Amino acid sequence: MEKTWNNKAWFMVLPVLLLVAFSAVIPLMTVVNYSVQDTFGNNEFFWAGTEWFEEVLSSSRFHDALLRTIAFSAIILAIEIPLGILIALTMPRKGWGVPVCLVLMSLPLLIPWNVVGTIWQLFGRTDIGLLGRMLTGLGIDYNYGRNPFDAWATIIVMDVWHWTSLVVLLCYAGLVSIPEAYYQAAKIDGASRWSVFRFIELPKMNRVLQIAILLRFMDSFMIYTEPFVVTGGGPGSATTFLSIDLVKTAVGQFDLGPAAAMSIIYFMIILLLSWVFFTVTTQAGEDRS
Amino acid sequence: MTATTYSGTANNLSRAGIRVATAGSGRRRLKRLVPVAYILFLLLPVYWLVSLSLKSNQEILSSFTLWPQNPTLTNFRVIFNDPAWYETYINSMTYVFLNMVISVTIALPAAYAFSRYRFLGDKHLFFWLLTNRMAPPAVFVLPFFQLYSAFGLIDTHIAVAIAHCLFNVPLAVWILEGFMSGVPKEIDETAYIDGYSFPRFFVKIFMPMIASGIGVAAFFCFMFSWVELLIARTLTVTAAKPIAAAMTRTSSATGLDYGVLAAAGVLTIIPGALVIWFVRNYIAKGFALGRV
Amino acid sequence: MTLSWMAWTWPTAIFFITIFALLIGMGVWEYAVPGGSPRVGILRFETTRGDRLFVSLLGSAFICLFWLGLVGPSLWWALALCLGYALCVFRWV
Repeated sequence: MEKTWNNKAWFMVLPVLLLVAFSAVIPLMTVVNYSVQDTFGNNEFFWAGTEWFEEVLSSSRFHDALLRTIAFSAIILAIEIPLGILIALTMPRKGWGVPVCLVLMSLPLLIPWNVVGTIWQLFGRTDIGLLGRMLTGLGIDYNYGRNPFDAWATIIVMDVWHWTSLVVLLCYAGLVSIPEAYYQAAKIDGASRWSVFRFIELPKMNRVLQIAILLRFMDSFMIYTEPFVVTGGGPGSATTFLSIDLVKTAVGQFDLGPAAAMSIIYFMIILLLSWVFFTVTTQAGEDRS
Repeated sequence: MTATTYSGTANNLSRAGIRVATAGSGRRRLKRLVPVAYILFLLLPVYWLVSLSLKSNQEILSSFTLWPQNPTLTNFRVIFNDPAWYETYINSMTYVFLNMVISVTIALPAAYAFSRYRFLGDKHLFFWLLTNRMAPPAVFVLPFFQLYSAFGLIDTHIAVAIAHCLFNVPLAVWILEGFMSGVPKEIDETAYIDGYSFPRFFVKIFMPMIASGIGVAAFFCFMFSWVELLIARTLTVTAAKPIAAAMTRTSSATGLDYGVLAAAGVLTIIPGALVIWFVRNYIAKGFALGRV
Repeated sequence: MTLSWMAWTWPTAIFFITIFALLIGMGVWEYAVPGGSPRVGILRFETTRGDRLFVSLLGSAFICLFWLGLVGPSLWWALALCLGYALCVFRWV
């Protein structure tokens, strides 16, 4: 659509601007202020310079948390994206199955995040949980509270349970926009299932898939509540992701300086990723039109 | 162009297609299996939560049963009789509703501006809004606490509602902008020629046209405000404490009351399920815009 | 209500004043010469001068972080490097 140039449109954006500035800019400025100072409470601050940044950047605790977060995001993407595509491809396109599938699949998305954690915490317990009970019944030594591998597996399965539906719904929305005629034409040409997927379905899903990948990446990169409820970051610090570490430092230990420095580094990474996300999607949009 | 030629061939030969379809019925049955298996996987943990909520604590702890032997509503009764529980539920509802109203109301004009006009710095403003959707709540926990303390807003519903606007307003603007761009600009121009003032046109003509968009935006605002815990918990003490925070208390303090915990969990799922049911026809469309 | 909880210091205040001045300056520039002189640079996509400012600021932040992590606490040289980097961005991106 051709848009008219009109700077008065700023007045319509003003309420949003003020509100978001209040909730985003002031806190961010505060974080920057804290990151260069030391405090012993009572609102007394002492200049510390870049000390906290150096400390955070050289601390192995931060490196480990960052690596864990990246590894987690990578695993999540490797599982959820192919699985989401597969399920979207096999979902019914018409009839009573459509609303049933949509409603049941969106259900996990609408459960408060800590309740997701609670559900899996109960589900995986070896004494009262179905999953834990079944696995121990099969002779597998499963305990997410003690064994780091089990903790990781539980959290990953939980995230797959929680978020694959988002990928499914996005891909499904892309798939239903393909006219039936394309499929029929492909059938007449004797196209194999794979080439239908490769040359008809995948190109149509391209844009939603990009969005799905980037959204899932972002959200898994800042996951906090669910693993916190299930494992509390443990056993040891096996599942302490960046967010968990940050909240522990900020709220648990009230170390304002290091927490603020960490926040800024974390936020820079997110800002870079958002920019890549925004550029990729808008460029793709322009190429298409 | 390609689409029309394809569909032409396809119409002529659709009968051939039907014959091919019958041959692949075995594979089709296999195809059905994937979504069914996935839904079962989704429902199993939820079933377990529901089943735990219907058991008494003795049954949970003493014997392992696949379904409740003596279904009881005691756990739910505990929640409905204890103000410490049901008030948190009302608290959550209150701030989610406030947030929904604030987000959608102020996002409407902004989305209109983005969809109709170009103005100084519009693209950068849009990007800046979106970065807030992507920002990790963990970064904002500490300064939010200080900020709202300074304004004396800690432990009020409005504090949580405004804090959640941080990610819901950009989202609402993004969704609404998509729906509004789908409305041809000629509609606006015709209305102005007919003598409508801008506010009257916006409320009387434009808003009904994007009603489904407003619904979808409200749905996503509800969803993200309802599921968020970290900020909500930090900004509240008792008077506005969300149900989700009340649940963490039970699991840590007493550590034993699994039945009540499960019942509280079930109660938090219900509003979400109801909302999905009402917007089920729009979900796919909301996702189709790719604006979540 | 006081602002003491925000713990302002002169260096951070100067930092933010600089950023806001840059933003206002860009706004005025855009107002004087609208369009943002879009072009396709070495990153193979179209950028306006606002994009270029953003890329330079974000890149500078990362340069400073790497400097702190790898070289040492004295940021003056990093700052010079950032300026050079920003010039390159405005020239070629």
